[in-house]
Amino acid sequence: MSDPRPAPLLTLRGIGKSFLGVRVLDGVDLDVAPGEVHAVVGENGAGKSTLMKIVSGGYAPDGGTVELAGEPRVFRGPRDAQRAGIGIIHQEFNLLPGRTVAENVYLGHEPVRRGFVDRREMLDRTARLLASIGETALPADARVGRLGVAQQQVVEIAKALALDARLLIMDEPTAALADHEVELLYGLVRRLQERGIGLLYVSHRLTEVFDLSSRITVLKDGRRVTTVDTATTTADELVRHMVGRELSSYYPERAAPEDLGPVRLTVRDAGNRKLRDVDLQLRAGEVLGIGGLQGSGRSALARALFGVSPFTTGDVTLDGRPVRLRSPRTAMRAGIAYVTEDRKGEGIVPRQSVLDNALLASRAVFAARSGRAARTVRVRELLAAVEVRGAGDDQEIRFLSGGNQQKVVLARWLALNPRILLFDEPTRGIDVGAKSAIHDLVRRLARDGAAVLMISSDLPELLGMSDRIVVMRDGRIAGELPASASEEDVVALAVGTVREAAA
Amino acid sequence: MQTVQPRSLPLRLPRVRPGGVLPILAILAVLLVLVAIRQPDFLAPSSLMSFLGRSAPIILLAAGQYFVIVSGEFDLSVGSLVTAQVVVAARLIDGDPARTWPVVLLLLAFGAVVGLVNGLITTRLRVPSFITTLGMFLILVGAVYLWSDGAPKGQLSEEFRRFGRRAVEDVPLLGRVPYALMVLVVLAVAAVLLMRSDFGRTLVAVGDNPRTAELSGVRVWRTRTIAFILSGLAAAVAAILLGGYSGVSFQAGAGLEFGAITAVVLGGVALGGGRGAVVGAMLGALTLELLFALMNFYGVSGALRSTVQGAIILLAVAVSATRSSSR
Amino acid sequence: MSALSLLPARRPVPGVFVALTLTLVIGWLVVLVDGGQLFNQSTTVSLLHVAAGLGLVAVGQTLVILGGSLDLSVAYVISLSTLVAAETMNGSDGALMPAIGLALAVSAAVGLLNGLLVTKFRVNAFIATLGVGLLLKGYLDSGYDGPAGTTSPTLVQTLGYQRIGPVPLSFLLLVAVTGAAWFALSRTRFGHHLVAVGGDPEVARLSGVRNDRVLVTAHVLCSLCAGLAGIYLASRLGSGAPRVGTEGLYDLESIAAVVIGGTALAGGRGGVIGTVGGVLLLASIDAIFNQLEVDAFFKQVIRGVIIIAAVAVYARRAMRKAA
Repeated sequence: MSDPRPAPLLTLRGIGKSFLGVRVLDGVDLDVAPGEVHAVVGENGAGKSTLMKIVSGGYAPDGGTVELAGEPRVFRGPRDAQRAGIGIIHQEFNLLPGRTVAENVYLGHEPVRRGFVDRREMLDRTARLLASIGETALPADARVGRLGVAQQQVVEIAKALALDARLLIMDEPTAALADHEVELLYGLVRRLQERGIGLLYVSHRLTEVFDLSSRITVLKDGRRVTTVDTATTTADELVRHMVGRELSSYYPERAAPEDLGPVRLTVRDAGNRKLRDVDLQLRAGEVLGIGGLQGSGRSALARALFGVSPFTTGDVTLDGRPVRLRSPRTAMRAGIAYVTEDRKGEGIVPRQSVLDNALLASRAVFAARSGRAARTVRVRELLAAVEVRGAGDDQEIRFLSGGNQQKVVLARWLALNPRILLFDEPTRGIDVGAKSAIHDLVRRLARDGAAVLMISSDLPELLGMSDRIVVMRDGRIAGELPASASEEDVVALAVGTVREAAA
Repeated sequence: MQTVQPRSLPLRLPRVRPGGVLPILAILAVLLVLVAIRQPDFLAPSSLMSFLGRSAPIILLAAGQYFVIVSGEFDLSVGSLVTAQVVVAARLIDGDPARTWPVVLLLLAFGAVVGLVNGLITTRLRVPSFITTLGMFLILVGAVYLWSDGAPKGQLSEEFRRFGRRAVEDVPLLGRVPYALMVLVVLAVAAVLLMRSDFGRTLVAVGDNPRTAELSGVRVWRTRTIAFILSGLAAAVAAILLGGYSGVSFQAGAGLEFGAITAVVLGGVALGGGRGAVVGAMLGALTLELLFALMNFYGVSGALRSTVQGAIILLAVAVSATRSSSR
Repeated sequence: MSALSLLPARRPVPGVFVALTLTLVIGWLVVLVDGGQLFNQSTTVSLLHVAAGLGLVAVGQTLVILGGSLDLSVAYVISLSTLVAAETMNGSDGALMPAIGLALAVSAAVGLLNGLLVTKFRVNAFIATLGVGLLLKGYLDSGYDGPAGTTSPTLVQTLGYQRIGPVPLSFLLLVAVTGAAWFALSRTRFGHHLVAVGGDPEVARLSGVRNDRVLVTAHVLCSLCAGLAGIYLASRLGSGAPRVGTEGLYDLESIAAVVIGGTALAGGRGGVIGTVGGVLLLASIDAIFNQLEVDAFFKQVIRGVIIIAAVAVYARRAMRKAA
């Protein structure tokens, strides 16, 4: 390269990382110059966050080298990386809401005079630090919990700068910001650039990537696809780089038009704290895929339908009758089942047996309806039907693989004969064999007349399984796509390069 | 590359399941051997029977505490509840045999109400259960002293006392079988059946992961409140037996809550919930009583009971903490 | 962004002082109607004495609770400390300093044990300190049937009964200890780190705080405070008392005072000034009841209700904040 760029601040060469034999990163090269904003883009699961964790000392790479100002470095932990001058601003802030700005900025290295914390010095230094990045309006002794999200982000940045960070990693910095706050962040990023600080900027939102960065690296399936100069590329070209995998795996056949039954579920103008203006129809016999980025409201939609965080506005009708889904119990009685995204935290009771896990919901809600013995027989049959392998029914569930745990969770819900099934990332963290078994099962349920709503970040899965796809963005429905849509179409709607007509 | 035989080893030791009753059975066996060496006639049927009868109240309290602990909470009010029940019973019966049965029913209702209040404050008002039940402890002790002006009044009827002190005499092989033991056996079977029922399985699931339980349609607050009610009922029965056996005093229930918690922990039940068997908890109580009997045989001061309990709690919890962290 | 959110973090006057003022005013009126006088010399003095004993314990309890832990063993540490002090002094002034040193050292050792159990063995604080408390209880039960040892006369005359106007020396000791704790929390790294550990252990760890060391220190300080309270009680009673801690309900009352004083039970928010407010509130209620000659047992019932109600109010507030 003949670019007149200064010597790079950070250089990554051939970075690789595997988890449990799954290659998450493979031979990734990347460099950041002082004062440069280098954006990293890619769809969910492309390896962006793993790469950032390696740079910031959270993970050690299996292969490759991290060089800082030309020197190879091995970080033994986040503290190590911090001391070397690498700061990271997470999506979720690492701040203490009950403490002041200064106390947060200097936590762990408070200025001391004669053995005691020098509060004045701490406030002064914080004020100077804030002034140096143009944030004169933010008092150093304000309580962090009373600040807005954008200001908290400033505190995070100041915290990194107080440790003399030369390289800042920003992970989805605008995800939680309102539109006018994004403008403020832009200004801040430019002032950081002027100070010669290098920025690694991870974002899904292509608009801001184009506004801020000088170069963009695209990751896909753990590999670097390309690194381009921002000035010479377009959004469409980027999206093309991000997607485009051949549909190698097998998916069960989709529903034929005659398989589709009547409309089961209708949601009209519904919303709550995380959702706005949701309009949705779900028919018996179909698999409706829900796409979108994390935090776009996909899970909030499923949780609203299951009564966990109910809709506060709008109407829901079920088989033509209006319903109010106030709690999981009311949703279950209405025939709705929900397989959560967080299997470990919300899906299983880890130290109970497979059988107890499978019986949990029937015992809680329909205990009086059927005989105990008959119910147990039926659940055992279901466990056999979903093919839980490698365990007796009396084994504690935590010793099972993720795939088998998920099958047990499925059996729990199938025991209730649900008419509507909500799946949130049903195959995340599951091996290939169990994955296609679950795909077959989902399709079979739809064919038997259930209405299925399936959230997935795995684009091939979303496209392969769905009869129809709804893409969400910022708590609203960004658009609907037919089964024949491409990955590109989904990503474009999700990141907002195309504006939906109704916006 | 070496090929590994995919055959599992034919000789595998039965895996000791965490939360199972094997460890407590082993400890119990060791203690029995020690007792047999030191005081062989203790194991004669008649003295063994009366030992079991004497141990019935603490075993029942351990079962009650088990329901609360396995669902993820604590009940520190049971000792004071036993005291309150005994004092209330003496004053209400006041030696009149005709009042025995109404008062027994009243005590059961009283225990259930105290459990209900504990449960509702803990689950609905989100007060940590140790504060709820310690506060209840203060209220009960204060109320019972207040009500009886500082000294127990009245007396229990002979009919009331027979549950705790009488026995069926001349049973072949066993000698005398205390009523308390019979009550214990019936309630222990009921407790085991309860834990096998839908409610019992749900109760353990709530202690294991309340989030999952809630999302599977379980009303977590209701389940936990019922556990507190069961603990209150167990305290009522324990009070009836204890009052009969050792009479009325303000010390009737002192420290029993710690005994019950120690027994539950000793029985392999995880503090914080989700693991352990009610049989383990009851065996834990029996083991603890046997240990105290043994200490007695060896002339160790009974006042050291608390130290033994504290040591058992710390040891059991530290062992399970290090074991789970090594995984 | 509203202007309000940019106000500097002046700590608001904790609600407890409002409650304290109201209680005193209402109590004064009620006592007056009853034909008594709440603020005469002897009531004030005894109120401050009660506050001094509970306050010393509660200030220590504040430290561990701020750090996200808890100490249920304080009641037994107090009893133990009265005995160690009184027995070592054995009625003579000569052994005064060694006795105080020994009592504090024994207390600190208990705190160290608590701290190590909570951090190194990762035992839940409630269980760990309950277990340690039972260990001590057994020792006290087996070793002592009643009062033992004799407190040095000098200590009884000074810490026990000396006062400046209506203010007992012991209350000044509480003021000094509170001041020191306040200073430690706001002006030392330990204090800053303790609040951080209680607020969010992960944030603290990532910022380079050594969480375990901080928590162990807090537990040692808490037990030291309880030991100091024990020395004070020995100076009041003239001897060591094996049940004074449990009968005075110092474990539950100290936790109640901390919570009433606005410190979150989950840790990370609050301070010692509020705790002293909570202590004064509890002591005032006690004094008012004494003036009204309310039955001691009725008082205990009311204490139980107040403690549960106070925690419920704060739990509700925390829940609303989270929502």
